[in-house]
Amino acid sequence: MMFAQVPPTTDPPVPTEFSTPDVDAWLILPLLVLIGGAVLLLMVASLVKSLQDGRFAAYATTAIAASAAICVIPLWARLNADGASSTFNGAVGFDGFSLFITVMICISVALTALVAAQYLIDEGFGGVEFYVLMLLSAAGGVVMASANDLIVLFLGLEVLSIAVYVLVASQLRRFASTEAGLKYFLLGAFSSAFLLYGIALVYGATGSTNMSTIKDFLAGNLLTNNALLLAGFALMLVGLGFKVAAVPFHAWTPDVYEGAPSPVVGFMASVVKAAGFAALIRVFVVTFSTYASDWQPAIYALAVLSLLGGSIAAVVQTNVKRMLAYSSISHAGFILVGVQAATDDGVRAALFYVAAYSVMIVGTFGVVTVFGGEGDHAHSLDDYRGLGRRRPALAFALTILLLSQAGVPFTVGFFAKLEIITAAVGAGSQWLGVIAMLAAVIAAYLYLRIVVSLFMQDADEEAEPVRLRTPDTAVAAIAIAVAAVMFFGIVPGPLDDVARDAVPVLVTRG
Amino acid sequence: MSSWPWLQSGRIGDPQTPSLGSLAVSDFLRSYLTVAIFGAVALLLAGGILSLGRLIRPSHGNAEKLLTYESGVDPTGDMWSQSNIRYYVFALLFVMFDVEAVFLFPWATRLEAYGVFGLVEMGIFILILLLGLVYAWRKGMLRWV
Amino acid sequence: MVLNQFLLLAAALFCIGVYGVLARRNGVMVLMSVELILNAVNINLVAFAAFTNSIAGEVFALFVIAIAAAEVGVGLAIVLLIYRNRKSIDLTEVDLLKG
Repeated sequence: MMFAQVPPTTDPPVPTEFSTPDVDAWLILPLLVLIGGAVLLLMVASLVKSLQDGRFAAYATTAIAASAAICVIPLWARLNADGASSTFNGAVGFDGFSLFITVMICISVALTALVAAQYLIDEGFGGVEFYVLMLLSAAGGVVMASANDLIVLFLGLEVLSIAVYVLVASQLRRFASTEAGLKYFLLGAFSSAFLLYGIALVYGATGSTNMSTIKDFLAGNLLTNNALLLAGFALMLVGLGFKVAAVPFHAWTPDVYEGAPSPVVGFMASVVKAAGFAALIRVFVVTFSTYASDWQPAIYALAVLSLLGGSIAAVVQTNVKRMLAYSSISHAGFILVGVQAATDDGVRAALFYVAAYSVMIVGTFGVVTVFGGEGDHAHSLDDYRGLGRRRPALAFALTILLLSQAGVPFTVGFFAKLEIITAAVGAGSQWLGVIAMLAAVIAAYLYLRIVVSLFMQDADEEAEPVRLRTPDTAVAAIAIAVAAVMFFGIVPGPLDDVARDAVPVLVTRG
Repeated sequence: MSSWPWLQSGRIGDPQTPSLGSLAVSDFLRSYLTVAIFGAVALLLAGGILSLGRLIRPSHGNAEKLLTYESGVDPTGDMWSQSNIRYYVFALLFVMFDVEAVFLFPWATRLEAYGVFGLVEMGIFILILLLGLVYAWRKGMLRWV
Repeated sequence: MVLNQFLLLAAALFCIGVYGVLARRNGVMVLMSVELILNAVNINLVAFAAFTNSIAGEVFALFVIAIAAAEVGVGLAIVLLIYRNRKSIDLTEVDLLKG
């Protein structure tokens, strides 16, 4: 017998009876609004020539994102009444965590649409497709945040990522944009493949892709050999580490942030990061909770490297977009500190930080979009000199947003950092808290450098001043972001309470 | 999940069966020996015959004889000829709709079992695909310019 | 047949793919290497599904095929765009952004 061997155990069972999955479409209403709105917008704009105006699409996008966020209100009430549940045979979860991230993503989309509205018209690219891609990408993020199954998680990640690849490369005539698109695409596809390989190994080790089944399996069984499972953890961590831009998987971040159109960078930094952290929390903190002692050291290392690497590398940059890219890596390190704690406090702190950061960064890149001037290229520190005199209000707004990123009291960034460090200390990682504070101090220097350029230094006399536009919609978006940063910086209670209620849970069946 | 085989038989990490780390030769791997021998024989045979022909045939090459055969016409241009960029959009559209068919086949084999629910779900799926096609059409992607 | 052999095949394909992504300079070749990794995953998924009587792996493999097609569509479009701008898809020449 040369070939005959033991066959695969038995043939896969052929389902004789098909049972209709329990589908509760109400629970994914925000998602349906986002996707339906995107498809409708695309159809209307491609069939009706007169509506191909970019402004219409921007307002429509803001309206769609806002209505998706409003849909969450009745769902939140339902959640408080009936508790968390899941639908689509346990594939899509419905809990405070998913609703929280959904609202955050919707707010980011609405603000980014306002920032981008006039910018896209002036720069002459994008059109309706830009907004449609943004909505679809946001829908992917929402899917990721509410995934209760690794297949759904991966689908969400890909919907999110593929749309963002196109957004980054969307400024066809500017080579930096297409180059950034290529880099982001290649590394993104590479990291997705890593994540996928990790998911496959975890599936192999546990026999299911459903997160609650995996959690129960890991809690109830002692594996004779967990090499497969641990390899799966490692690969998934690499894949998600790329998405949230944690050192050492950050190499793409500065290049992509510098090359991509400025409003897209704000979108990436808020939505992609939020969705990535949502996945990280749901997969590692919740699903793999039994094996926390195995993955915590890895996240600890990522957090330390990101905190220090991001802050130190940011200081030596001279391009504001690159500085903000490195500072976003440092912020990712902060959020990882919360994830590493793997406690309810840690998750709450991470959620609070993600929410605060996404508003700050959308506002920051709103100002950066305006300051970039015609052609979106004037982003060096020298270009920012004297803008405090030319555009005092916007420069002041940028200052507040940057101080908030630095964690100055009376801004929301202060409470975000405070909660993270408290959670880390509460979970017994005092040294991580110390490193986080150290990184915050180093990063503060970089934000001050930008502020000093704005107010303390006069523009170069010989240089032709960059022509600036101040579109009203962008100003509105920046004003909203600044107001939110100030409000929650003085009264953090409401946001904190919501983040406290937004604990992620896994429920098998409705 | 007691039906999970590795917990009972320990297929992974079981000392009796080769694990990822060890390179113990199993029966399965040994059966590849046949393939290896077959491949070696094939290589020897083909290589031997070709080199034999090379040894005994006359060789008087000139420019005409060494030309690449291109249906009897004199070859023009480089070996690397670029295909028209316009094919790309069609190829892309084809790949998209072609790949979506992987979802149609499993559904079609169990059509009657899925009933109305399956019909509605697939209807939504195909509707979204059609909207994509409408978009491509309105963008003028289906016209050969 | 032992599951390990499928896992080894997939791991080998995965390594070839990773090597290709890291070492190749041609954008299209890098894309093909990523596809190789995705196919390694598919082998894993189908093997696990066949050996464990759970259908989820096979379903997942179908989704991976569809996703891979979408990814390649976008990726080729971006590579094409670079080529139109630069008349080259050599990744070492794509170096405008450096800090």
